[in-house]
Amino acid sequence: MSTMIQYVLMIVIVLLTLTTIAAWLIWLERRMLALWQDRYGPNRAGPFGLLIVVADTIKLFFKEDWIPPFADKTIFVIAPPIIGTTVLMSFVIIPFAPGILIADLNIGLLFFLAMSSLGVYSIVLGGWASNNKYSLLGALRGASQMISYEVFMGLSLMGVVMLSGSFRLTDIVIAQKGCWFIITQPVGFVIFMIAGIAETHRLPFDIPEAESELVAGFHSEYSGMKFGMFFIGEYMGITLISSMVVTLFFGGWLGPAFLPPLVWFTLKTFVFILFFILLRASLPRPRYDQLMEYGWKILLPVALLNLIITGGIVLMMNK
Amino acid sequence: MDNHSGLADELTSRFGASVFTQQLTVDEVTTLWVAKENISEVLKHLKHAIHHPFELLYDLCAIDERSRAKKNGSPSSDFTIVYHLLSFKRNIFIRLKVALHGDYPSIPSVSSLWENANWYEREVYDMFGINFEGHPHLSRILMPLTWEGHPLRKEHPARATEMGPFKLWDEKQDREQDALQFKPEDWGLKRHSEDADFMFLNLGPQHPGTHGVLRIILQLDGEDIVDAVPDIGFHHRGAEKMGERQSWHTYIPYTDRVDYLGGVMNNLAYLLAVEKLAGITVPERVKVIRIMLCELFRIASHLVWYGTFAQDLGQLSPVFYMFTDREKIFDIVEAICGARMHPNWFRIGGVAQDLPEGWDKLVADFVAYFPKQLKEYHQMVMRNSIFKARTVGIGIYTLEEAIEWGVTGPGLRACGFEWDFRKKQPYSGYENFEFDIPTAQNGDCYDRARVRVAEMWQSLRIIDQCLKNMPEGNYKADHPLTTPPLKKNTMQDIETLITHFLNVSWGPVIPAGEAMSCIEATKGANSYYLTSDGNTSPYRVRIRTPSFPHMQMLPYISKGYTVADLLSILGSMDYVLADIDR
Repeated sequence: MSTMIQYVLMIVIVLLTLTTIAAWLIWLERRMLALWQDRYGPNRAGPFGLLIVVADTIKLFFKEDWIPPFADKTIFVIAPPIIGTTVLMSFVIIPFAPGILIADLNIGLLFFLAMSSLGVYSIVLGGWASNNKYSLLGALRGASQMISYEVFMGLSLMGVVMLSGSFRLTDIVIAQKGCWFIITQPVGFVIFMIAGIAETHRLPFDIPEAESELVAGFHSEYSGMKFGMFFIGEYMGITLISSMVVTLFFGGWLGPAFLPPLVWFTLKTFVFILFFILLRASLPRPRYDQLMEYGWKILLPVALLNLIITGGIVLMMNK
Repeated sequence: MDNHSGLADELTSRFGASVFTQQLTVDEVTTLWVAKENISEVLKHLKHAIHHPFELLYDLCAIDERSRAKKNGSPSSDFTIVYHLLSFKRNIFIRLKVALHGDYPSIPSVSSLWENANWYEREVYDMFGINFEGHPHLSRILMPLTWEGHPLRKEHPARATEMGPFKLWDEKQDREQDALQFKPEDWGLKRHSEDADFMFLNLGPQHPGTHGVLRIILQLDGEDIVDAVPDIGFHHRGAEKMGERQSWHTYIPYTDRVDYLGGVMNNLAYLLAVEKLAGITVPERVKVIRIMLCELFRIASHLVWYGTFAQDLGQLSPVFYMFTDREKIFDIVEAICGARMHPNWFRIGGVAQDLPEGWDKLVADFVAYFPKQLKEYHQMVMRNSIFKARTVGIGIYTLEEAIEWGVTGPGLRACGFEWDFRKKQPYSGYENFEFDIPTAQNGDCYDRARVRVAEMWQSLRIIDQCLKNMPEGNYKADHPLTTPPLKKNTMQDIETLITHFLNVSWGPVIPAGEAMSCIEATKGANSYYLTSDGNTSPYRVRIRTPSFPHMQMLPYISKGYTVADLLSILGSMDYVLADIDR
């Protein structure tokens, strides 16, 4: 019984922390972008404009819940929660620190990949149900981009799995005690990072929603809290990819003992979140077919090569 | 201008003297009246057969002559069609006029001879109701489809108050809504091909990528553009019609708003034509002040283009840095003119005021500060590999195509053709300045960008020379038509006081005649072709803007590319909606 309560407590804590972090990431992103672009950003509501998030949330909740008459109503409503749900589900397997995790699945990594695959439905269904040409184009782009990049994402991680000999994330972190996988798997890291950006469809790979071309892409027709769910989903996605990068390549919670493991994990994740924001401030957006070409012609061979070489080395070491 | 009369002789020896009637104009452009029957033949000869041909259809417009007071000895006509052609080899314009009779006359179309004649003829049809025989798609272009009448005809009201109160009864509403229904066939688009159904995407009039109220109808096969049809006119404010009601002096602020990023550069184009008509020669100081401000505005305009172009390609930050620098230019403009985007600061025969004390320090600071920024932007945008991937090899046109479609300005120079009116036909004293004409070879989006970036460096050079060599002297010409005249004279001299009173209350009376100016504006060649019948306001104002033919070329250069490329092409074109629609 007590383990049951412990689980529920843990789930509630993780859920609340994540949604809060995702919400304040919006503030963080706007402030950081402003800093890098020589302007102020939101600085009126509360200290440093921190309460802008509260104001935004209130606004989103009280907006008219508008469903366009030409939309496919059921699917239109189902689509937005999918992205949030799948991202939150992925967090189930992330070890924030020793003992601080929800489920230590022995197929953890596969579970993460499965969940991120399901996330595509959100975009495809949302874009399709909107019955708007811009949304449709965005959904098409989103579907092909995310499905393609999943392939490289999965392949890039297999090196890590070989080195640690496990799909379980706790094992992967512990396997990095001697040496972080960023040292032994730099190529895998780069590919995972690129695929991660594509999966969260953030600039420079925000092609499904490219605002100068497709207005808002797959979520053009969404407003109010339905739009809010896409929005929060995106920021939770950033947090997820950042924590996955930390877990898989940067030793997870590991770090010198003067700080507790949870703090190390949070700090490292935060650095990657900032990196995501910096990317948005600095890079233009490639064309959709260029992104595809880049994936299939460069990332795929490189990922396979990385896999073969890692496999060979592991084989040699074991002999 | 040496072969001025030579050209007329050349043509008479080919076609016979009876075909042409020569008219003398103050702007010294060879002006020939041609009979309607001969015009196609003469134009064909001028474009293809003549030695050093007139390749560019620079402008095509019409004049409603029915209420003109003084005709200056030109043949009688109800409507006149005016063709302006430019020969690059000869470096001269030729103006051909065709007299038309009757209320709704008709004339053979030249749209098969020049690609860019298509829109010009549609505009004339829209504005005057003149029919062009053989035009492929003669329909309204600027006015709404349901508009009654043709606005530039003299009987069409110029004020809303002359038109009676606006009423929208039910049938009218239905009619208006019917007109808005999209039927691909009306736009010359097919719904299906042999193996595919096309998707029609309505880009605009409200769209973040079009920089204003522009509608582009895209015929798509997947994401590939099969055809694109620009629908313009949403920004049409009747600038040409307003000219016929305003006095010569009070029309100046309207010009500011034509290319609204070009500021006083529009004033210059208009005033050069007015000053030709009035016979005013402005003092050296005025010329240099004007050039300095024009070049400042050229940089300001290019900065807006630079930033928004990067933003169209998804780069979010540059636009903020560039607008900050543009503010620095506006600080100077504000200190000198008192206003920022639309200073309305040039006057007939001079500028509104002398330069304020301390202007030189402001300009010197900017000249010292800006090169570092330009270098940084070059690193940030032009050298970015994703930016290159999005622009190199996209939206290519060759030099021949550019001329065929009437492209001027950086778009023309990006095809490797060194043509800049500041050098070739210097105005306002540009001949006294040292600067280069930047060119590029490939005619793609990236090269158009390169040319504009290089132009900012050249403008900076010109501003620096203005700063170092600002002549002393008056800021207005000592001429009775200078409006308003020099203030200090009006305090002592009764004649000047009277002129001041008249010119300010009624407006100056500009002698009858016609003149065209041509300047190298921020986006290409900008011209005002003014007709005066000796009144306080122009009889006809024709504004030739660069963006109009550029936009007309869009379908031609965007076919086969994707929607994302269309944004690169639009961005590299650097148009302003007000400059297209006027």
